[in-house]
Amino acid sequence: MFNKILIANRGEIACRVIKTARKMGIATVAVYSDADRNALHVEMADEAVHIGPPPANQSYIVIDKVMEAIRQTGAEAVHPGYGFLSENMKFAEALEAAGVTFVGPPSPAIEAMGDKITSKKIAQKAGVSTVPGYMGLIEDADEAVKISREIGYPVMIKASAGGGGKGMRIAWSDEEAREGFQSSKNEAASSFGDDRIFIEKFVTQPRHIEIQVLADKHGNCVYLHERECSIQRRNQKVIEEAPSPFLDPETRKAMGEQACALARAVGYTSAGTVEFIVDGDKNFYFLEMNTRLQVEHPVTELITGVDLVEQMIRVAAGERLPFAQQDLKIDGWAIESRLYAEDPYRNFLPSIGRLTRYRPPAEAATAAGVVRNDTGVYEGGEISMYYDPMIAKLCTWAPTRGEAIEGMRQALDEFEVEGIGHNLPFLSAVMDHPRFVSGAITTAFIAEEYPDGFEGAALETGLLRKVAACCAAMHRVAEIRRTRISGRMDNHERHVGEDWVVTLQGESIPVSIAADQAGATVRFADGTRHRVASDWTPGQQLARMDVDGERVVMKVGKIPSGFRIRLRGADIKVHLRTPPAAKLAELMPEKAAPDTSKMLLCPMPGLVVKISVEEGQEVQEGQALCTVEAMKMENILRAERKAVVTKINAEAGASLKVDDVIMEFE
Amino acid sequence: MKDILTELERRRETARMGGGQRRIDSQHAKGKLTARERIELLLDEGSFEEFDMFVAHRCTEFGMEAERPAGDGVVTGWGTINGRQVYVFAQDFTVMGGSVSETHGQKICKIMDMAIQNGAPVIGLNDSGGARIQEGVDSLAAYGEVFERNIRASGVIPQISVIMGPCAGGAVYSPAMTDFIYMVRDSSYMFVTGPDVVKTVTNEHVTAEELGGAGTHTRKSSVADGAFENDVEALSEIRRLFDFLPLNNRQKPPVRPFFDSPERLEPSLDTLVPDNPNQPYDMRELILKTADEGDFFEVQKDFAGNIITGFIRLEGRTVGVVANQPMVLAGCLDIDGSRKAARFVRFCDAFEIPILTFVDVPGFLPGTGQEYGGVIKHGAKLLFAYGEATVPKVTVITRKAYGGAYVVMSSKHLRGDFTYAWPTAEIAVMGAKGATEILYRSELGDPEKIARRTADYEDRFANPFVAAERGFVDEVIRPQSTRKRVARAFASLRSKAVQMPWKKHDNIPL
Repeated sequence: MFNKILIANRGEIACRVIKTARKMGIATVAVYSDADRNALHVEMADEAVHIGPPPANQSYIVIDKVMEAIRQTGAEAVHPGYGFLSENMKFAEALEAAGVTFVGPPSPAIEAMGDKITSKKIAQKAGVSTVPGYMGLIEDADEAVKISREIGYPVMIKASAGGGGKGMRIAWSDEEAREGFQSSKNEAASSFGDDRIFIEKFVTQPRHIEIQVLADKHGNCVYLHERECSIQRRNQKVIEEAPSPFLDPETRKAMGEQACALARAVGYTSAGTVEFIVDGDKNFYFLEMNTRLQVEHPVTELITGVDLVEQMIRVAAGERLPFAQQDLKIDGWAIESRLYAEDPYRNFLPSIGRLTRYRPPAEAATAAGVVRNDTGVYEGGEISMYYDPMIAKLCTWAPTRGEAIEGMRQALDEFEVEGIGHNLPFLSAVMDHPRFVSGAITTAFIAEEYPDGFEGAALETGLLRKVAACCAAMHRVAEIRRTRISGRMDNHERHVGEDWVVTLQGESIPVSIAADQAGATVRFADGTRHRVASDWTPGQQLARMDVDGERVVMKVGKIPSGFRIRLRGADIKVHLRTPPAAKLAELMPEKAAPDTSKMLLCPMPGLVVKISVEEGQEVQEGQALCTVEAMKMENILRAERKAVVTKINAEAGASLKVDDVIMEFE
Repeated sequence: MKDILTELERRRETARMGGGQRRIDSQHAKGKLTARERIELLLDEGSFEEFDMFVAHRCTEFGMEAERPAGDGVVTGWGTINGRQVYVFAQDFTVMGGSVSETHGQKICKIMDMAIQNGAPVIGLNDSGGARIQEGVDSLAAYGEVFERNIRASGVIPQISVIMGPCAGGAVYSPAMTDFIYMVRDSSYMFVTGPDVVKTVTNEHVTAEELGGAGTHTRKSSVADGAFENDVEALSEIRRLFDFLPLNNRQKPPVRPFFDSPERLEPSLDTLVPDNPNQPYDMRELILKTADEGDFFEVQKDFAGNIITGFIRLEGRTVGVVANQPMVLAGCLDIDGSRKAARFVRFCDAFEIPILTFVDVPGFLPGTGQEYGGVIKHGAKLLFAYGEATVPKVTVITRKAYGGAYVVMSSKHLRGDFTYAWPTAEIAVMGAKGATEILYRSELGDPEKIARRTADYEDRFANPFVAAERGFVDEVIRPQSTRKRVARAFASLRSKAVQMPWKKHDNIPL
């Protein structure tokens, strides 16, 4: 076994690998850029080597710099994590040449699976089911139409070097095929510098289901069942689970065996993932093979009990797999939610900055459930613009899917992240979405269920009442504390009453609250009641309440006469007033939010570097209006459409907050 | 007897209806509450004791004798906020537009006199069309009497004004002399001369909102200390402010039970100051993480963002916070910021509220605008205010404390009681670059040499230890222990007593 390994990565995956290495008694070396000087992975590793400036192409993916770090520290093996150099054949070769072990597959396997067309050909040869399509390169639009007809519409026109949705078109007719071919080709040329195009069958009701394989250097290859990753937003996976709620044992076995066949065909060793697209009739087709550890590997670990990183290291060291296929059973259900620094209320715009608060739920592992959080950040740390915006991977496991979902709901409610925008409310909303709960999902789930973006979930009536009861109980505690201030007129103290009106989500609910030593009973006008117990005290930002024996956890912020409450994807204001005050509050005018459609708002806190237009000037769509510097990065704000600038409110040098009005248009 | 009681109730009922249902409805239609409704929201339920419900004016000019409504357009009295006494007046716009008559003024003066005598704050809810023209000079005299009491009460009892409707002409000067002015967005305005006069005299076209709305006074003029969305929110937040303030200048600020350990550590503060000295960070985070329960009542939030002022509690006791904000103008002191902070410091000192100062100040803002505007005298206000303050003063230097601005920001030299510095502090006469350019002027042509000189200067002076060697910094502390250290420092100063030489009053550079 190795004495020391270097992790050529950062963030949560570097931390993840370090954990296992430490468990195995292997010393660890981290590498870091300027932006990661104070990062968690640097702190966790036994040694750390600085490898350059923040941009990855000047640090983390510069092979020479990583090789130099290896030389300096004498690391015997390198774990590449995912992304960066993990599927870089040249890196694997460089390591080989230096006599350092690559914790991953042999370089020919990386090469073979690295190209979409080559990998598909190999897969076909290995007897893996592939999407009907034309493997050769397509010369012109006429040929594209001809091939599309042969395959049968709808078809997908794809760039060979493509990824991330770029250079991809769906065509339902000859005309669309002709157009799609041309635009894909153009996009591919400009995005990837490679305009090779291929066409394949477009799968309807598609699910993304992938098989985890593990192979050693002694010819053993097993599959560790599947992960379903259909909950994606613009091809970015958001929620994954294992097993898939869709597969039956036969399909699972067929997919697993084909995946292993492919791995064997390319002489694969280490952990790898074979991705399939599965249609509504459980037909599955090979998509691609990822020759590395996947982001979502923890769900597989949770249902199989296998530490994939440990096995990767052992395989790399030449050990045999300690289990055979029949040893690998599916135990329970696991779900992973990827917490991204992306603001769901601003169309998932990346959000960067300081984590002023970061308190993940407590990790726990019992027979009833597991909470696992893979992360690379800490409270007071920085989410940088240079890297992937993923903050953490929150996983839950339970004996059944329903319980795992419920565990995830609770874990998300307990997860506190402040200082940046993040998708936690969106994740919570999906966990409560009936279609997700039913398991009837496809890769189009987010696009179909949230076509206009995400504006926060609404609390259903039952939960709404519970929240109202909790808020009444909290408000009572806070108000009683206020009456205990010094300097009161003796014998003329304020008495905090029992009757309150709770206003939330547009409803005003009169309640009456009776408190005793153990908690409070909140009665509603219709006679129903909730018993609320908690040890919440004013100022606590996370309220763990017990409502009729059921746990309700919410984030609590203070607003005038009430609280800002966040739970289950909802972000609402709750006001508590005495009945007379509530009556007066009803007289207050509803103030329409100012119309911002004719304004340029500052999208992030920053410094105005330059105003590029003048008042009265007509601007064209896409024209640069002003430059705002944030986190040392210049952001050019452009006109969304043709307009006339009527007023400019900011000047160069001004510091702006989010949503400050920079200029107004006619 | 029964008849007499019935008559009393009838009269009370009439008085309570103010200007009648139609005018009440019209007030509501404008999104405004009536004087009595406002008082109901401001005070503890059932605590209001009214004075002078039946006062009526004595004017006989212009047929005024025909209409003599009970109360004369203002509701006055006292009550409690969370059990603590407060005097209150609320102008009633439904009665003759809340206009100020001789008797209206007398009612206000009566409760102000009692407030001064009994040592309880005054809260004024302003909603008045102005002087009652029919009464002529009697109305002006009434304003004058109120002004005089505002002045006499200043520094004796806290005075809070809430502008909840029009407040124009001479009327603005009563709120102007109180400690805090709050406004209600879209339904209140304040100006000395209205849009019509402005148009006649200067030919400027401006709306009442632009001229004197909440936006103008919170962002541009700094006349108002804050603004709220509507009457209900405003009165609820005034109750919150009230809980921070002492009843008078002879009492200590209030103490409230608290649920936040003074020992609480905040490891995340160890990374608050960025590695790059030119990168800003949000000082508000330090304030929130230092305060009990993260509760911060900010004053003048929308004005002079380069300095933050407001109230927090430490161990349940009120503390005034002044902090440079590196996010705005790099935290430089300027005219606006100095004025804002100086007034806040003087309020705290007048009412025995200890002052916590967080310092990250690269200096005074340079420029002709500042010099022509008199930054010398305005900056001196803050210097003066800190220097004369005898309340407990605790200072934490987080990063830059350069030059004269270092001295101004509650330094040891101004009788600061505790000066703590974070390890990231740089207490120096100026930044390294500026210093080396002066000290090594002859080497300016050689960038390499200058860079080396700059690095040398940084090594030698860009730290808290030079100042600590001289005792200007009492202790260099871990950022994460700031709350604990500051709370203990204030605890040790609870019986601080300072004698000042006799003087009639000082002569602060106004």
